[in-house]
This record gives sequence, C-alpha cells and structure tokens, in this order.
Amino acid sequence: MFDTLSDRLGSVFDKLRGKGALGPKDVDEALREVRRALLEADVALPVAKKFIEAVRERAVGHEVLKSVTPGQQVVKIVHDTLVDTLGREAAPISLATSAPVVIMMVGLQGSGKTTSTAKIARRLMQRDKQKVMMASLDVQRPAAQEQLRVLGEQVEVKTLPIVAGQQPVAIAKRAMEAARLGGFDVVMLDTAGRLHVDEALMSEMAEIRDVANPFETLLVADSLTGQDAVNVAEHFQNRIGLTGIMLTRVDGDGRGGAALSMRSVTGVPIKLLGTGEKIDELEDFDPERVAGRILGMGDVVSLVEKAAETIDAAEAEKMAAKMKKGQFDLDDMAMQLAQMSKMGGMQGVLGMMPGMGKMKKAIDGANLDDKIFLRQGAIISSMTKKERRNPKLLNASRKKRVAAGSGTTVPEINKLLKMHRQMADMMKKLGKGGKGLGGLMGGLTGAMGLGGGGMPAMGGGGMPSDPAEAEAMLKQVEGQLPPGMGLGGNSIAGGGLPGLGGPGGLPGLPGGKKKR
Amino acid sequence: MSDPNTPNDPAVSAEEAPKKRSFFKRMKEGFSRSTKALGDGITGIFTKRKLDADTLQELEDLLIQSDMGVDMAVNITEALAKDRFDKEVSPDEIRTFLANEITKVMTPIAKPLDVATGPTPFILLMVGVNGAGKTTTIGKIAAKLRTEGKSVMLAAGDTFRAAAIDQLKVWGERVGASVVTTQVGADAASLAYQAIERARAENIDVLMIDTAGRLQNKSELMDELRKVVRVIKKLEPDAPHACLLVLDATTGQNAINQVEVFKDTAGVTGLVMTKLDGTARGGILVALARRFGLPVHMIGVGEGADDLQTFNAHEYAMALTGSVTEQTPASENS
Repeated sequence: MFDTLSDRLGSVFDKLRGKGALGPKDVDEALREVRRALLEADVALPVAKKFIEAVRERAVGHEVLKSVTPGQQVVKIVHDTLVDTLGREAAPISLATSAPVVIMMVGLQGSGKTTSTAKIARRLMQRDKQKVMMASLDVQRPAAQEQLRVLGEQVEVKTLPIVAGQQPVAIAKRAMEAARLGGFDVVMLDTAGRLHVDEALMSEMAEIRDVANPFETLLVADSLTGQDAVNVAEHFQNRIGLTGIMLTRVDGDGRGGAALSMRSVTGVPIKLLGTGEKIDELEDFDPERVAGRILGMGDVVSLVEKAAETIDAAEAEKMAAKMKKGQFDLDDMAMQLAQMSKMGGMQGVLGMMPGMGKMKKAIDGANLDDKIFLRQGAIISSMTKKERRNPKLLNASRKKRVAAGSGTTVPEINKLLKMHRQMADMMKKLGKGGKGLGGLMGGLTGAMGLGGGGMPAMGGGGMPSDPAEAEAMLKQVEGQLPPGMGLGGNSIAGGGLPGLGGPGGLPGLPGGKKKR
Repeated sequence: MSDPNTPNDPAVSAEEAPKKRSFFKRMKEGFSRSTKALGDGITGIFTKRKLDADTLQELEDLLIQSDMGVDMAVNITEALAKDRFDKEVSPDEIRTFLANEITKVMTPIAKPLDVATGPTPFILLMVGVNGAGKTTTIGKIAAKLRTEGKSVMLAAGDTFRAAAIDQLKVWGERVGASVVTTQVGADAASLAYQAIERARAENIDVLMIDTAGRLQNKSELMDELRKVVRVIKKLEPDAPHACLLVLDATTGQNAINQVEVFKDTAGVTGLVMTKLDGTARGGILVALARRFGLPVHMIGVGEGADDLQTFNAHEYAMALTGSVTEQTPASENS
C-alpha cells in the first residue's frame, strides 16, 4: 500500500538528513518527492503545484542550503506552509448575529450532511446551551427527512415536523417561521445532496439561501475525496457562497489531501471534522494539529483532549498521588486498561502520538488486537479484592481459579502479572519525577512490550516528559525496529517545530487536569 | 432530477434500444463535463508540437487529475514516450493512443453482473464505505431486475444509520420487491440469515443484502461484516454469489485501500462506481483494474433508476480521454 503523506515526507527527509549540505539538486529532488506525496495524498494538482512553489520560495529565502540541519529546515518550511495553506487560525462556528441564526449544510450526495447536521446541533445545544431546531430539506433521497427526525430524537434536538410533498424552498420558509415563533436560537437546514454541476438543484439551493439568509453555509465534504475536491468546492463557493467547510470521515485512513485542496481554492476555513459514526464524534479543526498529523508529528492535542475527556479528574489525581508513593496495584492497572480502550485502543492512541505512525503500522502488522485489554480486564475482575491489592498472594491454585473464572489460562495470568510488575516499576520511577501522562503511556508501552509479540518493547520507559530523554528513547526504539521501519518522524519531531513543545513534551495528564 | 421514479418508470425504459442510446448519451453528458478538461488539455498541449519531456509531464498531470494515481499516469505516459518521443504528434493521435491504452486495461474487467446463471436464490451482498451509494444502487439494480421479470427480495442490513431501513423500504415499494427488515441496532448477520430463509421459502430469484456503510480501517466493523459473510455461508456455502463493492467516483486514492480491505474481508467479486455524473472522472478505476482485476459491473450516472449502466471499457476510455465525439461506437447509430 501507499505510504501515508507523513511517512513519505519522512523518507524524503531521511535522505536529506543524511547529507551534510544540500545542493539545489537535493532541494529539487525533495520537492519532487513532496509533490508526489501530496498527489498520492489526493491533494489536487493545481494546489500541490502552488504549494510546492510556496515551499521552494521560502526554502530559498531561508537559506536552507547554508543551514546546519537543512533537512529539518525544509521540514519546518513544509510544515509552516501546510499550516498556512490550511489556514492559521482555528475558526469555530459563528453565531454572532440575531436569532434565529441559520446554518445551512450543503454538499454532494453521501458526503455526510445529515449526520453532520445532527452532530453540530447536538454540540450547539449541549455545549453552547443553544435552543436548536433542525429541518431536512431533502426531498430527493427516500427517507432522508425521516433520518434527520430519528437523529433529532436521539440527540434530543427538535426537528421541523415533516409535511409530505412540500418542496425545499417552502420547507425552508416554514422552518424560519417556526424558529421565530418558537424562539429558537439556531436553525439548521440540512439540504439534499446535489452535484455541483446540476444547475436546477444549484439554483434551488440559491433560492433556499435567499429565503433563509444563512449566517453560516457549511460545505460538508468527504475527506477521502480525490482530485475532484477543487471542482466541488469551487462550484459551491461560486454558486452559493460558503462560510466554512466541514470534513467528514476524517477517521478513515485517507490521507486527507482534500482538506488542503478545498481550503486553498475556496479560501474559507475548515471549521469542523467528523471523526466517527457516532453522534458525539465531532472535533474542531485545528490547522496545527492537522499539519502535524500530515507530517507525522502526531496529534498530541487530540490525544490530550481525548484523555482529558475520558479520564476522570478525581481518579487521575488519586492515581498521581499513589504513583508518588510508588503504589500501583492491579485495580489501578485495570483502570488504565479501561482508559486505553476508551481512548480508541492502542492503535488509536499510537496514531496520535508523534513519530508513531510507523510504529502503528508495525502493530497493525503484528495483528495485535485490543481485545487483549478486554481479556486482561476480565482476569483482573476475576480476582478477589485482596488479590488485586496484593498480587503476590496469587499462588498456583489461586491462579487456576482466576483462569477458570475469566476464561483464560494460567500463562496468560502470569503474563499479566509480569506486565503489572513492569508497570509498577515504571510508575515508581515516574512517581519520583511527578509527571503524569507517562502513567497512561506507561501502561501502553508496558502492554506493548508484553502483548505485542513481534513488537519491540519500548523498554518500559513510558513517554518521558523531558525532550532529550524522549529523543533518546525514540532513537532506541528506532534501533530496535527492523530496517526500513525506522521512525522517520522522530527527528522531525525533534526539530522543535512550532506549535509542539518538543517531541516528548507530552503534557502531564493528571497535572494538566488539575488546572482545569 | 425530479423526484425519483414512479414504480412504472423502469418498465417503460426497459426496451433495449432506448436504453442503449440513453447509456451512451448519459456517458457523454456525464463524462463530458469532467473529461472536457482532459480532452481540452490534450488539445492544448499537443497542437502541433513535438513530444518532449515537458509535454509528457503535462500529459501526466492531466491523467493524475482524473484520479488515476501517479504510478498509473507515469506508466501510460512512459508507454507513449517509448512509442512517439520526439515525433510530431496530433491531439487525435494522443487521444487514440491513451484511449487504446486504457481500453486495453479495462476490457478484461468490463463484465455485466450475471444473476441468471447462478443458483436460486442468487444472493448478492452490497458493501462499501459510508455514503458511497449502496442502498441507492440496490434500489436501482432491483428496478432493473424487476423489469426483467425476476422476483427480488431486499434485506435491510444497514441496521446502524437512522432511517436506512426506511430508505430501502421505499425502494422496495417502488420496484415491487419485498423487504426483510429488523430493528435499528439489531444484528445484521442474523437478518441476513432470516432473509435467506425467507427468500428460499418464497422462491425468490435474487436476494440483495444491504449492509451498513463502514470505513475499511475500522476493524470492529469489518469483523462484523466478516460475520455477516460467515453466517451467509452457513446456509449457502457458495454464497454470497456476488459481493459488490460500491465506490464513489469522487473518492481519491483511498479507493485502493477500500478495494483491498473489502476484498479480504467480504470477498468482493465486483465493483460498482457511483456518482460519475459529476465532474469526478473515476480514473481510479484504471488503477484498480491494473491492481486487482476485479470486474466493474456497473456505473451510476444519475439518480434515476435507469441511470445505472453496464460498464463498457471502450466507451469509458473514450469518455475519459475526451474522445467521445470523434469515435462513436455502433450503439450510437440507433
């Protein structure tokens, strides 16, 4: 399979890094690779070209050739240009006008408009305390209106009652009236999917726009879109006028070049990301984050946000306190395992970590599955409270009992105990340092060392909070990986790129949580 | 498009001649928007020029913009370079050359879906990522089969998306096919099981099982799909007799991952490409053909029930290279 954009850039810059000084030829070669990587990542050709020229210009301006670490200079420039192209500022949905604020959702068929409508409505209601109404103007697809109604029930957002046979413009009018009468803050109009070249439907949409006067018009677009992304975005922008873009299916394994393309041709910000099928899987777009992801610097922000969401603050503090004392029993371990799977399992977590893109692949390859966490959870819950607090109690007969109770085998229990010991050792070490995300990451890496089969152990070191230490650790990991599997990203992360503190500067979890 | 067809519509358009003409016309209409750029581009590049490195690069770019992928585009331009480098070439020559190259790749995989020669009930499983157009495609195939006088049963296996079941029910009513349903959130595999039993009992010719859209990198969802296939095989070891992967023409290079993973998981036997009526060029089919060799059964070129057309390699190649107006296949004569 193709490499991801970040992997490819990684290998390009690996080549560059090996050289002491770069000639113009090297830069050309690097940029050719960047171009190819962009195209394979579905960045539209005109956008890729523009991007490359911008990078070249900056590269020359920055005197890359004289730089001590030219490779990293280029990486930094590519990163900065990426962020610039994606839009430097995060732009949230704006409601800064008189109520009812109209948000109109437009896009091609199957881009995810209806689901996205419900996601945004839910968030506006729950997080921003807005009174929201949704109305489906989709009279094309069978049962589309019904779909929004059902979603409305699920998220407890009012939907405009369905009147059979009513046409979109009339529905829009009715929605506006109902919103005014009902005192709603926000009206979300979910329009039918349409082709940007379907003149009849596009003028219908313009009519809807004129009736409803939307404050936000969001183009909902599939992040898996290929070269056509520019055409679609341009047409909608010219014909309807957009205020923002919502990218869907960001949780897919597409390389997301469409984000770059659409942003570049429309000039409107990407505001939101749909990151899953579930109704709460909606995230703010943050260019630093996406650029970082593309470059293989990981998505530390998401990781921390996700961790903050999943991890109970009180529990985290308790854990931090325990760690300081060097205590770490099986209950704590069970909690960590549960947290891991809540955060999307090991692969989910690793995918967000800087420089771990390839590691993730290795895990995929090793066929390591997250069920191991479930099984280990089962083992722990088959123990008595006493045993959990003091694993040393577990003699052969107790182990047999636990195995029978959890449907596992004694060797599996031994494995778990060994893992626990390693984690406990590490906790002790970390406890002295007092820093925290390591708690979580420690669990993770510990589990990897044991459960991973072919996975190289990360030395049970957890994610150190000191950048130098982190880099050393990454190097060590790289050394352990088979040739060609090196973590191309590590020195990218090591370059101290803007927006990310440093490679290992993973914000301490329990600590960070306390500040909230 | 106006509101989708009434149940009678497909029957009216079922005659061979108008169908063929509409196919070609639609291909032309649909593709012309997208291929205009490619065709015009070729003209732009090659008006009385020698074939040199720059022109080749531009040609490669044009192919890349059809979503063909860098490798495939490089392949084709290299073949051209080998043949004609440094010679005077006309745009027509280039088009013909490109069209021939693409036809060569696509001809072996242009196979219509055959539901007649298999066992009865012929069991067809529809898979794909979210929003590719699985349910709509099932509806369209059902309409077609009904006009051929086959009895059709639909199984609403998308138990995840809100109102997906209703959507299929509407199609069932429209085309006159019974629809096997269960509740939202229920097990899709057991629904498939029930559907097969019912289709057998009612002597149905073709059973089409819809599934929920899923991204191919979601292992738990792919496991669920694996289970659906496993359960189907319990009743019918040879089934599903066809497993169609629906691909959205606007999808870029990710389509390759999609085919690879769905093929491994569900044993995809053929492809359907939808939404070719926009500006998306569907060039990825060429890359897919070379890589997987899976048959492309149908293409969707519109929302109407008769907008699902048999895939024709030559016409596709001509359309993709903007040659539509110059060389017209026999079917255009009618």
